[in-house]
Amino acid sequence: MTSQEFKDILYNGVWKQNTGLVQLLGMCPILAVSSSVVNGVSLGLATAMVMALSGAAIAPIRDFVPNEARIPVFILIIAVLVTVVQFSMNAWMYDLYVVLGIFIPLIVTNCIVLARIEAFASKNPPLQSALDGFAMGLGLTAVLAVLGGIREIFGHGTLLSGIDLVFGEAAKTMVITVIPNYHGFLLAILPPGAFIALGLLIAGKNWLNLRAEQKIRTEAAPVAATQAA
Amino acid sequence: MRRTMAKASLHTALNLLFFTLIGTAMLAITYNLTHEPIARSEENEKLRLIAQIAPADAFDNDIVKDTAQLAADPLLGNDNGTIVYRGRLKDRPSIAVLQVIAPDGYSGKINLIIAIHSDGKIGGVRVVSHKETPGLGDYIEIARNNWITVFNGTSLENGKDSDWKVKKDGGKFDYMAGATITPRAVVKAVHKALQYFAQHREEMFKPHPAAKADAVPGEGDKK
Repeated sequence: MTSQEFKDILYNGVWKQNTGLVQLLGMCPILAVSSSVVNGVSLGLATAMVMALSGAAIAPIRDFVPNEARIPVFILIIAVLVTVVQFSMNAWMYDLYVVLGIFIPLIVTNCIVLARIEAFASKNPPLQSALDGFAMGLGLTAVLAVLGGIREIFGHGTLLSGIDLVFGEAAKTMVITVIPNYHGFLLAILPPGAFIALGLLIAGKNWLNLRAEQKIRTEAAPVAATQAA
Repeated sequence: MRRTMAKASLHTALNLLFFTLIGTAMLAITYNLTHEPIARSEENEKLRLIAQIAPADAFDNDIVKDTAQLAADPLLGNDNGTIVYRGRLKDRPSIAVLQVIAPDGYSGKINLIIAIHSDGKIGGVRVVSHKETPGLGDYIEIARNNWITVFNGTSLENGKDSDWKVKKDGGKFDYMAGATITPRAVVKAVHKALQYFAQHREEMFKPHPAAKADAVPGEGDKK
């Protein structure tokens, strides 16, 4: 894998083809879980791990799977992987399982995993496929973190609540109370709040893209003008 | 033409069968490797939760060793028998820790343990395991929210049967917006456990002939 390829895959996953903001895949778990930063990041990282694993597992066998049966085979492999990850975490990383465990079965229902397998891993070598899955997962994690942050601040007036579940009791001091004596805003916590916040995020990304395009155009224009003269 | 199509179908089917076999084998191996550690960590978690809901001054025996087998009962929600942990104070029954299942959670069974004092008052309820939606239904876990403590001190005596519902259904138990099915299932299971306790109090505390040490693996730490 060349370093250019590496950069392209990473850029594609995290920004250009961001699953949450551009591909808009796997909305159901995203909207359900992004009610706080800690929940969002937890699901995001678990998804990134499963996507990287399934990319790496499916790319080597991509030539042996008949075209007609590829979807059931892919789903089968993803489901097996997710279950293996869940069992193993429950058995050997119980503390982590207590935090992430309930998110893991959600990953199977996330169509983004299957979508990346179908679009990328079934056509590319294992290393690139694993990186693609991981980059897509990272992009998702970033969106979930921002979405969770917005909903948590407006919904509860806090940030990072529940972090003690990840890092132990001592981490309770890391919870930031943004708005003291806040009574909560139900809309932000419920799914409609997630839709509204996600809509704003997508608008923000499109605005950034548009601005970047305009900048390129205005920089290119004077050059063209001088050339014409 | 027909033969080639049949051949292609057969090829696809065999291929699918092959991957299914590999998948099943992988799951079987993983299950075999992990089910013991998983059972152990769930057992430890249960003991830790028992220590939270059965106050140390409510019993003076070794509660995790003093167990009795209970047959399956619709009021307990289980299909197989379970174990009840029995606490005694000066050799008199003082508290029982029941393991019950709420079968009608939003996504499957919710495993609960409930400590009930001999006067029928609840010492506390804890969720041992569940599959409710993260961020919506998981507030029944003590680690995420103290909702589950609404049961502390309640009993069958201090309310009508119709009070044992969430407020939305006309009962007296709070719930959180976004998830009603989950608390509804928990309230129902706790109510049924209290009824079970009322019916079986006597036989539940019968001393068993010889203390069976094999009933509970691991050491219990009551604190």
